[in-house]
Amino acid sequence: MLTRRGLVAATAGLAIATESFAQGSGPIRIAVAGPLTGSNAAAGDQMKIGGQQVVEDLNAAGGVLGRQLALELGDDACDPRQAVSVANQMAGRRVAMVAGHYCSGSSIPASKVYAEEGVLQISPASTNPRYTDEGAWNTFRTCGRDDQQGQIAGKYIADNFKGKRVAILHDNQAYGKGLAEETKKAMNAAGMQETLFAAYTPGERDYNALVSRLKGANVEVMYIGGYYTEAGLILRQAKEQGMPVTLIGGDALVTRDFWQITGAAGEGALMTFSSDPRTRPSAAEVVARFKAKNIDPEGYVLYTYAAVQIWAAAAAKINSIDPRKVADAMKAQGPWQTVLGPISFDRKGDVTVPDYVFYIWRNGSYAQI
Amino acid sequence: MAYALQQLINGISLGMIYGLIAVGYTMVYGIIGMINFAHGDVFMVGAFIALITALLLTAGGVLAGPAGILVMLLAAMAVTALYGWTAERVAYRPLRGSFRLAPLITAIGLSIVLQNFVQVSQGARPKPTGTLLPGGWEVMRQDGFVVQFAYTQMLIIGITLAVLAVFTVLVTRTPLGRAMRACEQDRKMAALLGIDTDRTISLTFVIGAALAAVAGTMYLLRYGVIDFYIGFLAGVKAFTAAVLGGIGSLPGAVLGGLLIGLIETFWSAYFSVQYKDVAAFSILVLTLIFLPTGLLGRQEVEKV
Repeated sequence: MLTRRGLVAATAGLAIATESFAQGSGPIRIAVAGPLTGSNAAAGDQMKIGGQQVVEDLNAAGGVLGRQLALELGDDACDPRQAVSVANQMAGRRVAMVAGHYCSGSSIPASKVYAEEGVLQISPASTNPRYTDEGAWNTFRTCGRDDQQGQIAGKYIADNFKGKRVAILHDNQAYGKGLAEETKKAMNAAGMQETLFAAYTPGERDYNALVSRLKGANVEVMYIGGYYTEAGLILRQAKEQGMPVTLIGGDALVTRDFWQITGAAGEGALMTFSSDPRTRPSAAEVVARFKAKNIDPEGYVLYTYAAVQIWAAAAAKINSIDPRKVADAMKAQGPWQTVLGPISFDRKGDVTVPDYVFYIWRNGSYAQI
Repeated sequence: MAYALQQLINGISLGMIYGLIAVGYTMVYGIIGMINFAHGDVFMVGAFIALITALLLTAGGVLAGPAGILVMLLAAMAVTALYGWTAERVAYRPLRGSFRLAPLITAIGLSIVLQNFVQVSQGARPKPTGTLLPGGWEVMRQDGFVVQFAYTQMLIIGITLAVLAVFTVLVTRTPLGRAMRACEQDRKMAALLGIDTDRTISLTFVIGAALAAVAGTMYLLRYGVIDFYIGFLAGVKAFTAAVLGGIGSLPGAVLGGLLIGLIETFWSAYFSVQYKDVAAFSILVLTLIFLPTGLLGRQEVEKV
């Protein structure tokens, strides 16, 4: 009896020992997790490209703490349940950090798993405030927050579309709903009321009933808190039904796939996003490397790149990849030099200077207003 | 008035697509008493083949209006029919004598196979096409509200009705239709009387797949964005339509599809957009409580 208990204890001890030393030698595993399939796959692709390039560049420069990096990819298809299983899978592989996920609805449940399993998480794209507001030690993001984005959008609508009939729509997911609510709040605070505030079901293709409803309410401007596939389809079906409507959306529309869905109907659509990181001097060298491979580093490519860059710099500075120590260092010892420019984090893990500006779609490409 | 008319147009064209897919479910169920859960994915394959044909035609520079659409439709029907035939041959026929649940499970397996096959071979990102058939007819104008009847919507309604007419004739007036009805009534007896039941069942799958391809092509023309996952949602809706109309009944499938499309549309039009699926499924539940075999379904006669 006693021996058996001793054996169990010894085995357990051994298991713990192997676990904590799993990252002791060989390459350091890090992960990019996002929607590599599903209707947001274009965004997942951007994250994958950014992750692959940063790992290649860091390895070429000698790796982190003298060790090479190995990239793991996790596909959550923007499904919260799948995100949790991806998180468990990544934790099982003892990755040192995860750059991800994309959808806020995936990042938030996954962050709980990462927090328990001791994995540092930096999302390049999840803008829902709740992601960092819950105060876990491990959550960071290199993008802004919806309360900041919504404020700018709401104020812009109130300033530029005064007296017009505005509908606010969302997809009932963490990102879309949060963004729509923040926009509504800011718009109402600026003294403007919306005509309609409604939710639609994501993943469908036929939004004609909703569009006719907007048409019946004489809506002239629609704000959509949601992803590019649905926003593009709603806009396209609205134009097909003969509505001269202006679409305003969030950062999820920053992909060429949006234009491929809308075609000419996308002309004049507006969206909020950070001032284009591709044109910043800090990104010039990396952008050139992408261009050499014939890749346009649009959307979240550079945000993912920066997420891994910051982690690598912080780990190098404190000479450890212990996730908790790196997390503390990331908050305390910034600013970090990245492709996006210098980035510092506040206590919650949000970037200290977000900068949302407006973009407009014209003739198949978008430009800052 | 104008608003209701616009929503009616929306509802009917949506319902027709559901109806077309539902016919495939109901036919297979009628003949071998099995729910072909892979049918939604056959529809998805049809949409992809239509897309590939459209791209080939555009690359060859010959996509010209109605002729181009007809070529897309025929190509999609032909290739998808081949998928239907193969599926029956590979996944269902070997299990026909097996216990009842076996073909149901292979159907789910086949659905996963088709989804993953398209995901791997065509990529996971949604595939957008430009508007292949733009424009529409302005039906009426009332207090500034314009009722638009898009050409794609007309096409959907027209083609669905035509296909169903041809199909009804096929089932009621041809030797193949007679064989199908015989298999439906009693497969063993039909075989004893010299009907090649294997061939009849194969052809049922082929026709069902071709109809799904028609629906897939219409879907592509109307919405312009497809991905490997569209078959799931469309399949569930169409299956619901088939059950609502009375599974096994052809007019029932179309009626069920129309009803689901109209309920969804009008619920979104006058109540909440969010709860349209709840409304559609609640009506399904209510119908099944009072009419367990669906609207046009026949009572199963227990054979002694």
